[in-house]
Amino acid sequence: MSSPSNDYLDGNAAAGELSKVFAVDITTAAGRCAECGTTKCLAEAHLYMHGPGLVARCPACEHVLLRLVNVREHMFLDVRGMIYLRLDTSRSQQGS
Amino acid sequence: MLQVSDWPSHIAGQHVDVRLTAHDGYSAVRSYSIASAPNAEGRVELTVERLPDGEVSPYLTQELAVGDRVELRGPIGGWFVWRSPQTEPIQLIAGGSGIVPLMAMIRSRASVGSTAPFRLLYSVREPGAAFYRDELQAISSRGDSVKLTYAYTRTTPKDWPRPPGRIDASIIAETTWPSKLIPTCYVCGPTSFVEGTAAMLVSCSNCPDKIRTERFGPIGGRK
Repeated sequence: MSSPSNDYLDGNAAAGELSKVFAVDITTAAGRCAECGTTKCLAEAHLYMHGPGLVARCPACEHVLLRLVNVREHMFLDVRGMIYLRLDTSRSQQGS
Repeated sequence: MLQVSDWPSHIAGQHVDVRLTAHDGYSAVRSYSIASAPNAEGRVELTVERLPDGEVSPYLTQELAVGDRVELRGPIGGWFVWRSPQTEPIQLIAGGSGIVPLMAMIRSRASVGSTAPFRLLYSVREPGAAFYRDELQAISSRGDSVKLTYAYTRTTPKDWPRPPGRIDASIIAETTWPSKLIPTCYVCGPTSFVEGTAAMLVSCSNCPDKIRTERFGPIGGRK
């Protein structure tokens, strides 16, 4: 894995790709970094999209929180960089 | 402007993924912010900036014709959004085409008759480079409406009080909501713009938790 640079987007840019896996928008969920313990919305993660997949890193310590890679007919999802994800179930994902 | 059947409507600030597929099966996906206010008619307006060496934007801006079909995924993203029940002061800060999702928020505010106090600080190269210039002018000239400040980075209009330059701490301090009002801030633009602006908002005592950012970049990013 190459070292992090400033060439990243926000985690919310991953919402479309992650919607292929999850029924709800998990970019609005708070994830706790397994390395430094920072708890932030996944939308606030630093998102790197230059490689074969996408990599979300902790905005505080740059630890890898999530990786999502498509290989032919398979999708690999690695979320071991987070201790947990906290989802808000009080509000539906759509509609204002 | 796209007409989408079965569109579930959207929230101001959300984006869509547009997929284009060539005859040989090669496909490319790009994210674009929705510029239109939420509506029940399935109208989705995208504002696409053409990048000369881009893979998707030249097609969308030059070849796509009325009646053509494109593949959309969305609406996407529940984080960088303004919802009409929000009544707190709203600070919008855009760099270049980063205005697009913020425009959806401004239009949404108008369409639902919200009186939430809005301010927009909009950084552009030169007066002619501003997106939605006339519409923003019309909206900001209404009494209770959105207070608009331009920051020009290269060329200013004649007799402009501030020399051209990037957004700095003084323009943040002078034109954005005082932090004691606890505004929610939405910052959208290129990564370096967002990075610098968000840091200045924090140095002006804004709470980091009230600053929402959306960066875009040349690869797979939002335009």
